[in-house]
Amino acid sequence: MAVHVSWAATGLSAPQRIMALEEITLMLEPRPRFGLGAVLGKRPHRGDRIYRGVLTAAAISVLIIIVGLLLELVFGSRQSISTFGLRFFSDSKWDPNGQHFGALPFILGTLYSSFWALVIALPISLLTAIFLAEIAPTSRTMRWVERPVSFMVELLAAIPSVVYGLWGVLVLQPWLVKYVEGPIAKGPLSALPIFGDTANGYDMLAASLILAIMILPYITAVSRDLLRAIPRTVREGSYALGATRWETIKGVVLPYARAGIIGAVMLGFGRALGETMAVTMVIGNAPIFKTSLFSSGYTLASVIANELAEASGLYRSALIEIGLCLFLITLIVNGGAKLLIFYTAKDLNATGGKV
Amino acid sequence: MLKRLSLLCAIVIAGCTSGKSNNPDSTAAASAGLTGAGSTFINPIMTHWASEYPKDGGISINYQSVGSGAGINNLIDHTVDFAGSDAPMNADELARAKAPVIHVPAVIGAVCVGYNVNGVSTGLKLSSQVIADIFLGKIQYWNDKAIASANAGVKLPHEKIFTAHRSDGSGTTAIFTDYLSKVSPEWKSKVGQGKTVSWPEGGLGGKGNAGVAEILKQHANSIGYVELAYAAQNNIAYASVQNAAGNFVAPSSESAAAAAEAFPMPDNMTAMITNTSAAQGYPITGFTWLITYKDGPKADAVKKFIAWATTKGQADCKALYYAPIPQSVAAAVAAQLGTSSAAK
Repeated sequence: MAVHVSWAATGLSAPQRIMALEEITLMLEPRPRFGLGAVLGKRPHRGDRIYRGVLTAAAISVLIIIVGLLLELVFGSRQSISTFGLRFFSDSKWDPNGQHFGALPFILGTLYSSFWALVIALPISLLTAIFLAEIAPTSRTMRWVERPVSFMVELLAAIPSVVYGLWGVLVLQPWLVKYVEGPIAKGPLSALPIFGDTANGYDMLAASLILAIMILPYITAVSRDLLRAIPRTVREGSYALGATRWETIKGVVLPYARAGIIGAVMLGFGRALGETMAVTMVIGNAPIFKTSLFSSGYTLASVIANELAEASGLYRSALIEIGLCLFLITLIVNGGAKLLIFYTAKDLNATGGKV
Repeated sequence: MLKRLSLLCAIVIAGCTSGKSNNPDSTAAASAGLTGAGSTFINPIMTHWASEYPKDGGISINYQSVGSGAGINNLIDHTVDFAGSDAPMNADELARAKAPVIHVPAVIGAVCVGYNVNGVSTGLKLSSQVIADIFLGKIQYWNDKAIASANAGVKLPHEKIFTAHRSDGSGTTAIFTDYLSKVSPEWKSKVGQGKTVSWPEGGLGGKGNAGVAEILKQHANSIGYVELAYAAQNNIAYASVQNAAGNFVAPSSESAAAAAEAFPMPDNMTAMITNTSAAQGYPITGFTWLITYKDGPKADAVKKFIAWATTKGQADCKALYYAPIPQSVAAAVAAQLGTSSAAK
């Protein structure tokens, strides 16, 4: 049997009607099983307790794994730590024969190649994401492009890194030498510090390009989803104020998603830092660091992949400390990203999203 | 846990060996099998042996090509029955092994100096000094006088030399740097010998033989060292190298075997056979050893396999670009395997 409520008969004003409706909705909702309701009174069901226990265990296991990993790395590298101390991080000589190990070229090589990867990938990813989230869905002529491009972007992330490495060695490097590095090395641009040195293709440029392609799908996909999640009302508000589409994207949409995009960029950067196989195949594996993109280099991940199998004693310990280095750098990058997101989000809230 | 596991293994092994003594063809004995790990260099022939040995009445062999150092570590940890290594165990490793081990040379490999020089498709001759100076970065151009003087009639370009080396720790590197340390005092003091060394600046590191072979194929004016099998299979040109007797010798199964014959075999069989005195010997060669414990639950089975590999197994060496161990070494191996089993 249906109950008919006549608002007129209640004699409530409009705001009062809304409050009444909200109260009714609350009453109709099932009793809370978690949170405040559970704490205040009712004992949770047994199933709920098990469920909660499993969830807590899963969450704690992540913590245990991370802490365990850190302890294991420190334990494994104790010989190297006690031999070289902090000098390990500032010494640039890596000589397994002389039992002398310094990680500086690897640290710089890792950061440098990842930095250039980001410089190359960021604009492409961001523009692709804007196109996929803002332009394509509303364009009559370009609408069909959205799905295939989205699919392709995600496909890029699914390709194994050794395949990128193969492509790098067989296709990218010869092409770079012939059409990019060769001409630049012969021309006036070679005077620039980033373009000096021999142009043989096994270098930072090849590594950075491959890394850029590898992190592109991450930044693109996350940014696209972020942009799509922005409420329509935000854009409509901007249009209502007379902003053009570009002004809306630039002034409203991007600032709104800024914190998330920084997160996406850091995710990509983190991935670039740890990438091993593809980089090892193209970077030249020389434990030196030069600012030139045409110079061979080495990364933390690569040196472990290359040398661990045949290492023992202090040498092995030094390689494990390289792993510790990589772990710490990733930790710092992630922590930095969190801070950056925190401050940009605060900034955004304070200004209400600068338009 | 580990202890219980090893106890369990011991019981299983004991069960298998007792089964074996009752009936040599029992499947229990065959299923026990042997596991080995180590050198990637020896992997092609090891794979071949693993398929041939059971056909010849032997037990199954499972070999993991994880690298010589890793193989030795596995042997020390008792997770494998034997290790394959391009370098003998060092003092530290021997100490960690606790029990006495035996090294048995199984095959000889040649490390060739591959090159890719425009206009020089074959037959480049390099003296030991020239090779050392190229890798030290002292000889920078292909038409350097030192190279040209040994290659009369060959038109060498005025192009910068790229050197390529192994970026991963490798027995191939150990053999190559052992050779350079013997022929060049400067190399010995500046770089030295080892599976991974600190290469003079400017060289490119490739991962594995395949990585170095790829650098050589793709880059004109490059030079690098690879195992003979890789160079031959990938059509990479390789140089004849001047040996201690002054002859320029190309790497081959024959010249590598000749090189080994000139060395007297020490009791522990761990001779490095670079820079041979043999007139027709190729100077950059090395043994690959099979290493196992002298005594232990599976020692007899391993020795039986090694005895097979160093006799019947040698027939297939040449097809895979290895050199068979010479007669003198084979005799020493037989004595080694015989004496150690007699002593038991």
